[in-house]
Amino acid sequence: MASLDHKSHDMGLHAEQLAGRTQQRFFSATEEENFTYPWSHEVDFRLAEEFDADTMTATEINLKIRELMQNGVGTITVRNPRARHGVGVGILNRLNLKFEGSLGYFGCGLVDGPNIHITGRVGWSCAENMMAGTVVIDHNAGSTFGAAIRGGDLVCRGDVGSRTGIDQKGGTILIGGRTGAFSGFMMQRGRMIVCGDAGKNLGDSMYDGTIYVGGEVEDLGVDCVPGEMTDIELDWLTAKLGMYDMEPACGIANMKKFVAGKQLWNYDNLEPSEKKLVL
Amino acid sequence: MCGIAGLIHRGSTADIGSEMTSMLQSLKHRGPDSTGFALYGIPENNQHVMRFKVAEQEDMKSGFDIHRQVVERQKEVDGRLEYLGVRMVERGEATAYSHRYIFSYDGDMRNLADYVEDIEGVEILSIGHGLELVKDLGDAATVSQQYDLDGFRGTHAIGHTRMATESDVDIRSAHPYWAYPFSDVSVVHNGQLTNYWTLRREMERRGHRFMSNCDSELIAVYIADRIGDGEDLEAAMVRSVDELDGVFTYLVATSDRLGMAKDVMAAKPMVLYESDEFVGLASEEVAIRSVFPKEIETWDPYHGEVKVWQA
Repeated sequence: MASLDHKSHDMGLHAEQLAGRTQQRFFSATEEENFTYPWSHEVDFRLAEEFDADTMTATEINLKIRELMQNGVGTITVRNPRARHGVGVGILNRLNLKFEGSLGYFGCGLVDGPNIHITGRVGWSCAENMMAGTVVIDHNAGSTFGAAIRGGDLVCRGDVGSRTGIDQKGGTILIGGRTGAFSGFMMQRGRMIVCGDAGKNLGDSMYDGTIYVGGEVEDLGVDCVPGEMTDIELDWLTAKLGMYDMEPACGIANMKKFVAGKQLWNYDNLEPSEKKLVL
Repeated sequence: MCGIAGLIHRGSTADIGSEMTSMLQSLKHRGPDSTGFALYGIPENNQHVMRFKVAEQEDMKSGFDIHRQVVERQKEVDGRLEYLGVRMVERGEATAYSHRYIFSYDGDMRNLADYVEDIEGVEILSIGHGLELVKDLGDAATVSQQYDLDGFRGTHAIGHTRMATESDVDIRSAHPYWAYPFSDVSVVHNGQLTNYWTLRREMERRGHRFMSNCDSELIAVYIADRIGDGEDLEAAMVRSVDELDGVFTYLVATSDRLGMAKDVMAAKPMVLYESDEFVGLASEEVAIRSVFPKEIETWDPYHGEVKVWQA
């Protein structure tokens, strides 16, 4: 655990406001006004379909989901995905989608809008580049969980592998258990909430964003420093974790906050021509 | 990229040949160049199983002479084993260039291995009481059928599908590697070792031999070296995480144990399923699912983690 000597307020680390797109839960099936793409399908959430993916390829599963959306089906259940890779990807639509089982690599990547529930586990790079919506996993997740997500809520109720939220650009990642090494690596925006322990090099080279940890932190990465928790953040954490019935064992009030120290070279405000002179 | 897989039945035996074939076939997309199996069967009283090859698969397409040479090389192996006082129990031929011998031998195994491998073109793939190491070009289904692995009963196994990145596409560079000269020790690896040559030179100075330029062989030699110094398997693996530089996840199997180690960056994938009866590990969960179609709880081991299981 790094020294807590530095006061984050003294270092000017509280510029980021708890407002804006990354703090919103974009889509609720019960709301009328939601962001949609002009080419997205009009779906009716009362129309529900389910199918068994046991013998289907990943492509067949994805095409079947698309076909059902085109037919206006707004609630889809996929049984037996059998940890196949690249399933549930590229959904730019309102949709309630449930996978009864586990997904492999790159599950639910590049989505913008759907509410996805996975009852099993996910492999590496789940929800990579997610723009909006929710992805909730009931069990564990592999490494690079939520890589480069830009919005929405990505929730894992179990443990997560290494490099969680690498290059995170927005949204919120919530982890019920533990996260591995290099979580928040090069994080740029958004929030990560870890109810359990965090592995070594937490927040290494992060540019911005905030990481909250309930358990022990093995150590902090380069330029990641402790921050000072504010009341508004505690309220936000209570609300956000409450949405998913999650709570750290230590209690929300005892969670620790970590932010970027902004002491790396990219924060020196030098122009490229000036950098050349320095180098 | 490469794919690795391991399984161990705790306190029972199963058709590990079919199980490992299913797991490795599921990982075919991670490496189509070659496939290898290290299967741990049920040992017979004081008998050794030796798997060896007398040529590469590619050599067999190189003309007429090679067909005469492989016969001569096998005869030379037979002669040298007889000279050493080996009591032959069974001779088997999986392919024209790959053989399986069962014998009894009370002498020094390193001497035997060195004497046999002194023959040009001959390489011992494994020697063990339970271990049988099979590797060849092609996917898991092809190799399994070629070597008749379906129905192979045993307690545990490791396997590998290879995408060649830094050495040739041949049997010599395929995994698993036998930890010469120790009976029943084998290794599979996914990753790249960046201090390969430094450690290799150190190992060579200590008298170890290398059959390939594949960095994965170094792990087998490294583990063999540590065991040779009297170190426990798990202790050797923990030490390896510090001393091997690079990104890696590897599996080691001995006569009754299966171990895994992951580098400190956790850069290479590994998914683990563990129950009281069975442990399954693979680069991707889809491989474990191929032998466990029901819903199971799996997770990723963490950075620098070492685990060892008993059969």
